[in-house]
Amino acid sequence: MADHSHTTDRPPPAVRAEALESLLAERGLVKSEVLDGFINRFVNDVGPMNGAKVVAKAWTDDDYRAQLLADGTGAIKELGFAGPQGEHIVVVENSDDVHNVVVCTLCSCYPWPVLGLPPEWYKDPAYRSRMVREPRTLLSEMGLDLDDGVEVRVWDSSAENRYLVLPQRPDGTDGLAEDELAALVTRDAMVGVAKVSAG
Amino acid sequence: MDGIHDMGGMQGWGSVAIAPDEPVFREHWHGRAFAMGAMSMGLSGTNLDAFRHGLERLHPYDYLADGYYGRWLACAETLLVDSGVLAPGAVEARARNLAGESVAEPEDVEENKPVYERGGAGSLREIDDPPAFSVGDRVRAKEIRTDGHTRMPGYVRGRTGTIHALRPAALLPDTNAHFEGENPQHVYTVEFDSTELWGPDAEASKLRIDLFESYLEAT
Repeated sequence: MADHSHTTDRPPPAVRAEALESLLAERGLVKSEVLDGFINRFVNDVGPMNGAKVVAKAWTDDDYRAQLLADGTGAIKELGFAGPQGEHIVVVENSDDVHNVVVCTLCSCYPWPVLGLPPEWYKDPAYRSRMVREPRTLLSEMGLDLDDGVEVRVWDSSAENRYLVLPQRPDGTDGLAEDELAALVTRDAMVGVAKVSAG
Repeated sequence: MDGIHDMGGMQGWGSVAIAPDEPVFREHWHGRAFAMGAMSMGLSGTNLDAFRHGLERLHPYDYLADGYYGRWLACAETLLVDSGVLAPGAVEARARNLAGESVAEPEDVEENKPVYERGGAGSLREIDDPPAFSVGDRVRAKEIRTDGHTRMPGYVRGRTGTIHALRPAALLPDTNAHFEGENPQHVYTVEFDSTELWGPDAEASKLRIDLFESYLEAT
């Protein structure tokens, strides 16, 4: 198989994308509106707001929490979230003693049904290279300082299992309803590079 | 293959900043590249593992310079050209014409989609053979060297860890990426201590990674 070789005068990617789409469209292989629909789904319908609902339900419903930790895929599907990059979702729980954080060193595997598409920092070579080797230092640089006594578990998503971090429920949120709690839950906390704060 | 994509443990990349309010697609073409990249697997008659290997086959300069969605775009082109859906150079020529040049576009070529047996949708598979390892077993990641695709990162090669969990069986990317069969296997989450991976002065942490049964041997 012929591999790509490096060329310095390639047309810019925006034009290459337009070129590819026009070639595929004139062969009847893609339709512009199908691409639009696909893109709109990931812009509007699939994102960390889905994962936040899962987390908030786990915080308020002990049975659901137990089910989520035992069968992440099934419990998440119950809330209507499933699809590509979500064949088998494992939920890992943070506590006072354990902090989980997720990375994909080989590409940028990410649990799309609950978090949407990965942010730039998750795809950054610095994140992919360093999170497995010096997680405490990198987390600290990203704004999360962990006590020495906390066990750091780094999950490298190297096969088709996808990992979602169940963050700790912050203090001072006892009276909040599930949807109010969901509004506090961030993408970064569900990857494990931040904690959830009470706002 | 030992490529630029295998980034675990590389040094010198500096720090990471979390951009506030990052849009899903920062540029219009990012969305187009994502959608066409996702569709390119079906259009080329290939699969997700061939797509990931296509990313790895990009020239390292291009891999870094193109960014995430640039890689998806280049990979879509790679798979479509490999399968003869598009002629080599077709995208480049069309892009030059769209940019105002006037260059000849190549003639279509004969389709050459891979012919191979598929075991169903997705990657998870049921297998009858019992798993070779149990939770708590000590295992070593084999010293596998391949020119092709693998999902075993270089940084665990030859290192010893402990089986943490048995996951659903899945087709083996190493052969599926090359249309050489699915070879479904048991998949294990293996835990490695940071000092086993990075030496006695490593920061205290545990690394948990999913590895296929054929990547592992008993110690």
